[in-house]
Amino acid sequence: MSASFLRIFRVALALVPAAFAQDADWTTFSGNTLGPRFSPLKQIDRSNVGRMKPLWSYQIDKTDKFEASPIVRDGIMYISEPPSDVTALETRSGKVLWKYRRVLPDNVPVCCGKVNRGVAIEGDKVYLGTLDAHLLALDASTGHVVWDATAAPYQKGYSSTVAPVVVKDIVIIGSAGGEFGVRGYLAAYNKDTGKEVWRTWTVPAKGEKGTDSWKGDSYRSGSATTWVPASYDPTLNMLYVGTGNPGPDWAGGSREGDNLYSDSLLALDAATGKLKWYFQFTPHDVHDWDATQVPVLADLPWRGQNRKLVLFANRNAFYYVLDRESGQYLLGKEYVRQTWSKGLDDKGRPLVAPGTDPTPSGNMVYPNSPGATNYQAPSFSPVTRLHYVMTRDEGGVFYSGDDAYREGNWFLAGRFISKPGEDAKAAIKAMEPSTGAAKWEYPLVFPSWAGILSTAGGIVFSATGDGDAIALDDSTGKLLWKFPTGGRPYANPVSYMSEGKQQIAICIGHAVYAFGM
Amino acid sequence: MLHRVPVLLVLSAWAAQAQIPKDPASLAAGKKLYEYYCAFCHGKGDDGFAANLMSPQLPHAPTDNALINIIRSGIPGTDMPASAGMTDREVRQLAGFVRALGRSAPQSVAGDTAKGAAAFRSRCAGCHMVNGSGGRMGPDLSDVGAKRSPANLRTSILDANASIVPGWAVAHVTLNDGLAVSGVKINEDQFSVMIREADGKIHHIDKDSAREIGVDPKSSMPSYKGAIPDGELNDLVAYLFSLRGGM
Repeated sequence: MSASFLRIFRVALALVPAAFAQDADWTTFSGNTLGPRFSPLKQIDRSNVGRMKPLWSYQIDKTDKFEASPIVRDGIMYISEPPSDVTALETRSGKVLWKYRRVLPDNVPVCCGKVNRGVAIEGDKVYLGTLDAHLLALDASTGHVVWDATAAPYQKGYSSTVAPVVVKDIVIIGSAGGEFGVRGYLAAYNKDTGKEVWRTWTVPAKGEKGTDSWKGDSYRSGSATTWVPASYDPTLNMLYVGTGNPGPDWAGGSREGDNLYSDSLLALDAATGKLKWYFQFTPHDVHDWDATQVPVLADLPWRGQNRKLVLFANRNAFYYVLDRESGQYLLGKEYVRQTWSKGLDDKGRPLVAPGTDPTPSGNMVYPNSPGATNYQAPSFSPVTRLHYVMTRDEGGVFYSGDDAYREGNWFLAGRFISKPGEDAKAAIKAMEPSTGAAKWEYPLVFPSWAGILSTAGGIVFSATGDGDAIALDDSTGKLLWKFPTGGRPYANPVSYMSEGKQQIAICIGHAVYAFGM
Repeated sequence: MLHRVPVLLVLSAWAAQAQIPKDPASLAAGKKLYEYYCAFCHGKGDDGFAANLMSPQLPHAPTDNALINIIRSGIPGTDMPASAGMTDREVRQLAGFVRALGRSAPQSVAGDTAKGAAAFRSRCAGCHMVNGSGGRMGPDLSDVGAKRSPANLRTSILDANASIVPGWAVAHVTLNDGLAVSGVKINEDQFSVMIREADGKIHHIDKDSAREIGVDPKSSMPSYKGAIPDGELNDLVAYLFSLRGGM
């Protein structure tokens, strides 16, 4: 039944104009490789979104956090499920076409749940990173394994939770494990054979440039992992990826120095993986403020001339604009309350406030460890030229502790708690890149881990921390629609066409919800 | 042969239960392990973002064996991972420390528990429930003696704001038509708030229909400093400390 339906549907798709067909799918993590999470679809718009309703729901049979950002092509949705599984669904019905279930070894190291944030698709293959740090190619029609590459030894603390990125003939995968003292990397594999093409380590090796930013040999357990997908500029053939915290997380005494290239944005030549430039947002981080947010690549007027920019709302509570050709720092501004710095200098380097490091008895700092924003994807609308960011305003008490490194074990050297007696504030903020100020904000009662989608229909779609899917006016932030799901959101929304009708989908709780008219 | 099976099971269960050490050296070792493996998520026990371990009854670990198994194997489907790199001895030491986290040690307390029960009925039962009987405006105190020390109980009676239990804030809502509703805020989401009045009646109020929603920053419980005779206070503390739930 499924196969015949798909044949019919593919024929139907072949009859629609090419531009429409291109817009009909959602074939990369962020909608396109520039990282905007913007849909050009506008069947659902400000005037009619109030009538939007759930069309179908698909429930997973696990209780781990469901962080997948769906991929949709030709009427089929591909989602990763926890811990390292993949399911293909019909977008018209939510019915399952195939499932891939990975048998994982015992004791895979995870800091924050057995999660996965999505798959990639190219040609006849679906690509998946796994918790035992493999990269898989699955047959897109059946879910069978085509090749299986070991990216790193999970026994040392490596895992992959990130969605792979396909660029030309290579598939790129990063790693998690920043709480286990691994050495971060971004690695590229031939998309057809699974053979490694290049690997860029995010912490330099002995003798390499940048090693002197680490005390002694502390670089050996320096982390700086890459657990959120890179963005890619095809005109420059450059990859832009954010890196995570240095290891250990909360006690920096054993790793004095800037700790390159942790908490940085790395610009890499996509053909070779060679580092072109970097910008470190939080040198010598001791608060676990990974710069693992999705870089948004936008071409915008900047002080009188058009420039290729990268927009970056950082976990450290500063909003940055950089030139993505040169890495030049253009703007940095506090966009959520912070107390750890006195601001940024003219190069964008933070002026760290004294007395804000973690201590054995605890030190209160804004923002808390989850940060001003986190892995949840932002959205950039080329229509409004606003950058929509999920934000969180909360203080944390940071404790330092034992910083002994043991391979494959936790490497935290401390902990944090939320500021006692204070409820976290949260909001969706519509940031203006030219000023780093919010044009509007939509307050949330609870912080949300949902990402944001904007569309040409003039709506911003996301979910509240307590599980209401919501649609807002992209220009004003006014609430236009809501649907209570009863689950907690940890994932990013997408939009696509299914049989000529626009759908918006998001994973909330332990289900995928598809909404439409 | 048949009769040996239950005997072995009993012995095995006894041996396993006896595996959790309670001597000071083991508890100190367990504390170090806790700080290394557990504090990231569980905080000091009750201030982390994972489950509160400062409770006499852990829902997933009603027995010591269950606690050891959870530390060894994690809880499937949750963020609780299996232990990695810990020896059996360390697992037991950690279990011993976790078990000690949530329990106040039994001790003799001055005061008459029977008189304390009477004081409770007259002063406290309007708001607090014990073993299914009492009010709903404050926390259920059926096992409060296992959670708190006598000194802590005494302080809380004399100064209710000294230690406020989360989840028992009192909200005051004024609706657009002027009607006022007050009670324990049992839930709040983006668009609504749910309030339970003293008589148990529950109101689900859309925020759009409310003119004002306020939450008391202080405890709704009166402080009894200077308002309760010393003898009655001793009796009340003795009674509350005797409430140790099913433990």
